[in-house]
Amino acid sequence: MDKTYYDPKDLKKFGDIAEFGPELAKKFFDYYGDVFKEGALTSREKSLIALAVAHAIQCPYCIDAYTSDTLEKGADEEQMMEAIHVSAAIRGGASLVHGVQMMNKVKEITMQ
Amino acid sequence: MKSLKARKHDLALVDRQLEILEDNQSIGIDSFEDKLQQIDHYPLKPTGIEVFQVNVGKMCNQTCKHCHVDAGPDRKEIMTRETMQQCLDAIRDTDIHTVDLTGGAPEMNPDFRWFVRELSALGKHIMVRCNLTIIVANPKYNDLPEFFSKYKVEVISSLPYFSARRTDAQRGEGVFERSIKALKMLNAVGYGKVDSDLMLNLVYNPTGVFMPGSQESLELQFKQKLKDGFSIDFNSLYTITNLPISRFLEYLVISGNYKDYMEKLANAFNPVAAKGVMCRNTISVGWDGYLFDCDFNQMLELNINNSAPDHIKDFDIKKLNNREIIINQHCYGCTAGAGSSCGGATA
Repeated sequence: MDKTYYDPKDLKKFGDIAEFGPELAKKFFDYYGDVFKEGALTSREKSLIALAVAHAIQCPYCIDAYTSDTLEKGADEEQMMEAIHVSAAIRGGASLVHGVQMMNKVKEITMQ
Repeated sequence: MKSLKARKHDLALVDRQLEILEDNQSIGIDSFEDKLQQIDHYPLKPTGIEVFQVNVGKMCNQTCKHCHVDAGPDRKEIMTRETMQQCLDAIRDTDIHTVDLTGGAPEMNPDFRWFVRELSALGKHIMVRCNLTIIVANPKYNDLPEFFSKYKVEVISSLPYFSARRTDAQRGEGVFERSIKALKMLNAVGYGKVDSDLMLNLVYNPTGVFMPGSQESLELQFKQKLKDGFSIDFNSLYTITNLPISRFLEYLVISGNYKDYMEKLANAFNPVAAKGVMCRNTISVGWDGYLFDCDFNQMLELNINNSAPDHIKDFDIKKLNNREIIINQHCYGCTAGAGSSCGGATA
């Protein structure tokens, strides 16, 4: 297969989205830059959150970008994997908590 | 692991390294010269020599995967006392205030201690790039902390990470544990302690294909982790970017990351860092007395240019201060992001 939906080279072209809409792109990238600045959270903590979210939304570009970024910010493999488990726990929990809805419905439509 | 030279690897030849580096067109990045021209900073000129860096030999007790010197136990190139004397004669009556001793493991040079004593007698500030493990490698080196303290030598030591996994992956099995032991020995004589004038600075360099993050932020993490985990104190952390030469170049090529890394460095070119590169105030002396703009140019055998004599026996500070600095594609490593030098970030 010589074509895929995701091409790692496209990550480097992220800024090119300005071509079809410069004003909104500028607003977005300015906002993006500000979000990741040191604040009440350190830039390393923000990067680990981004890595976890990248896995939750399963964005290959974001996973590549924030794997490098967390390493640059001084995170280690243990911290990175823990961040992904947080993501997995929330995703798994989000499915499981709907089990309550299922149980409610079962109880509603079956003889108890 | 053996050195590239001992393995007869083609990257042991500087011509092969330069051939790879100079093919910037296939990567699609500007030549470093063009980049400097774009910011009106070419040719690169010195600001005046303040730091005299001496590589006293390529022999080392470690064989780190990223070593730009291709140092190791199998390297026998070592500076003689005669060349050291020429260094002393060259800087005696100059304004050069700092001498930076590097290697290999500089302490393995049999005349290392003599050289330190002579430099101290000249009133020069001495720095040593100590790999830490040499202190515990052999009983004859166990007193190095006391020796350093006697001459107020500033100790600069590599510790790429505050855990064994990452450190050992780069520097060899067991290096982290031995480094911690050596750091405790340095702390015990007062190095890195509050209110002490014995300076202990650590060097962080990435353990892979990424650039160092914020020096300030990494220093905070290192201080906290080394204090909490090992009761170790140090003064400052210097972040250094790995330059794509020698064994780090080998790693980049083998892992298939060379192109991406060069692109990353070039895209992160920072004009402020370019103006603060260390070669502008440093001169580098090789084990055989030849002169270079920096330790990296030394390893690529890019001798200083023809406008000044290129050997320590003909040292001419006036001509050196008027020379043009030799540049090549590896220089992107010193100008990327927050910049990189033997003293850490520059921008």
